[in-house]
Amino acid sequence: MDPTEKPRIATTGVVTSATPGISPEQKSTNGFDPRRLSSPYLSASIDNDELLSMYRLMLLIRRFEETCGQHYSLGNIRGFLHLYIGQEATGIGAITPLEARDYIVTHYRDHGHALARGLDTNRIMAEMFGKKTGLSKGKGGSMHIFDAAKHFMGGHAIVGAQLPLAAGIALAQQYLETDVVTMVFFGDGATNQGTFHETLNLASVWQLPIIFFMENNLYGMGSAVGRVRLQGADFSDVMGAYDVDTVSVDGMDVVAVREATQTAINKVRAQGSPIFIEAKTFRFVGHSFADPGDQYRERSEVEMWRRRDPLVTYPARLLEYELATQSELDALSESVDAEIAAAVEFALNSPEPDLSEAFDDVYA
Amino acid sequence: MIDTGVPVNGMAEITIREAITQGLAEAIETDDSVFIMGEDIGEYGGAYSVTKGFLEKYGDTRIKDTPISEAAFVGAGIGAAAAGLRPVVELMSMSFSLVAFDQIVNMAANLRYMSGGQIKVPMVIRAPTGAGVQLGATHSQSFETWLAEVPGIYCACPSTPRDALGLLRSSIKSDNPVIFAEHSHLYGSRGDVPEDYYEIRLGEAKVARSGEDLTMVSYGYGVHILQQAAEQMAQQDVDAEIVDLRSLHPIDYDTIVASVQKTGRAVMLDTARRTGGIMSEIVSEVQERTMDWLDGPVIRVGSKDVPWPYNRNLEQDILPQTDDVIEAARKIISF
Repeated sequence: MDPTEKPRIATTGVVTSATPGISPEQKSTNGFDPRRLSSPYLSASIDNDELLSMYRLMLLIRRFEETCGQHYSLGNIRGFLHLYIGQEATGIGAITPLEARDYIVTHYRDHGHALARGLDTNRIMAEMFGKKTGLSKGKGGSMHIFDAAKHFMGGHAIVGAQLPLAAGIALAQQYLETDVVTMVFFGDGATNQGTFHETLNLASVWQLPIIFFMENNLYGMGSAVGRVRLQGADFSDVMGAYDVDTVSVDGMDVVAVREATQTAINKVRAQGSPIFIEAKTFRFVGHSFADPGDQYRERSEVEMWRRRDPLVTYPARLLEYELATQSELDALSESVDAEIAAAVEFALNSPEPDLSEAFDDVYA
Repeated sequence: MIDTGVPVNGMAEITIREAITQGLAEAIETDDSVFIMGEDIGEYGGAYSVTKGFLEKYGDTRIKDTPISEAAFVGAGIGAAAAGLRPVVELMSMSFSLVAFDQIVNMAANLRYMSGGQIKVPMVIRAPTGAGVQLGATHSQSFETWLAEVPGIYCACPSTPRDALGLLRSSIKSDNPVIFAEHSHLYGSRGDVPEDYYEIRLGEAKVARSGEDLTMVSYGYGVHILQQAAEQMAQQDVDAEIVDLRSLHPIDYDTIVASVQKTGRAVMLDTARRTGGIMSEIVSEVQERTMDWLDGPVIRVGSKDVPWPYNRNLEQDILPQTDDVIEAARKIISF
């Protein structure tokens, strides 16, 4: 391909069936073959600043998560810690096209979404450390990140429970006749909860302005999708039962996710009806920090997905199509390192909550 | 005394059903952010006819029939509240709260706390509650006493039309989630309601009958049982005081304790199951605070600890009756 023809990554056909880093003989433990994903760059018009800022977010999330892992080992972060490593392209592609007035509701693997939404890195880190300066004043923790001012409505740790909440936020928008879109994230694990089916039906029958964003990382904790669902790992055709439009996208390709999501947002905003987006993605690490992630999946499967690591493939494309220079990417990397170091410093130096604060915020 | 039935100037005698209907209609008419949703509340008019005619009058934006999906529509109410509206969600039975328990407890009650105070959930969950009409094990339970334990939600349980209207007004205006427990026996119960606007604060008990010899505490339908017991005991010169809790969360211990310190004796009646119920908690707290005033143990009366039977005789035997209250009182006072 001739990079001179592609001043923007927008042009169609940049990546098609050739999914980088995957050889034909590789098989997935759970029967899903990522080579089945096509990654058409639809008709994007994402300018270079946006492309670079998505790369910076990718670095920020990856380094944030790695740093959280280190501080978990040091005992500065306790409880359950679910890292987003490997799934960065999905969250960034989904969240960056949203407007400030739009709402986000998510699950417990929420740090990446919070960072992609632009929540304050210091205050997210302080919440991880349980400090008074954390977004939830140290009372929420890793699984319960909130920033209501940014319409980031959590951080929910009962699988699938966030779906009705999001439907209610969407219902409020319909009631108030706004054009605000609500996006709710959930994983493949949530699809077997009653709340998933109930909420899809509710959104469908009430035509709510909501995007159901499924991060299909192919494992509900240690259970491969194929072990808990007869139809296997592909969800692209099941939403017909609810008459909800469905889009499937390569969750390792940030531009593909962004384009698919932007199209969905435009449609939901204009029509007020729900859309279901399924992004195939993969967490490179265990379910939580306590899980090495190697008991229930083949090493070859993890390696196969790691070769599709967005932190490798995406900057490679930016360079290949001359959308960024190496020195620009290096500068972003340095600025991310500084931001993470500052966040750790902020968290370490922040005070513990006063004991009396345990009694605050129970009632409005 | 409650429910005297005597008309007073500036009063209207209405049923609890009418009081709740009035409170809901008022809220819809005066606050654009209030809407009502639940199963069959619209076209059908509500399982207990509380919202009869509302759909025609207020339209389907304000009056939303829901699918039979308690978890989804209770959760949707919570989300709508978090986004700035004031939903009133009707459950067809308090027993069905179980299907939405995760949403009520983990979402409605916890959202504010785990967000560090960023989110509020101004929402009312109304539900008929209680046994006694032969609905069997799954439809007769009183889970307001379970929910009353949960920090972050209030719980109202009126026994009169006046309290029902006053509590409903303050529940809908509250910025916190409120469980509004309506005993199914009481929808037709009549009483005087002031025509002038008033509210009754959540967490404020009232002395429903003044007496010197014995304090009897209950809520909802239990207050009516106490009323009958008190009348019978009065014929034997026992002057019982009745405290109507009106709210199970917060619990107005000051009113209970003041009464028990006056009388030195107390019987606590729960129409829910006796063991592990809210009255177990209240007895514990009250005896800690009134030990020096007590002339005997604080006695607890409740429904017997079995699932609810269908057969009428069996069900009535499981439910606490007036005689059970009088028998309990005899343990601490001679008459």
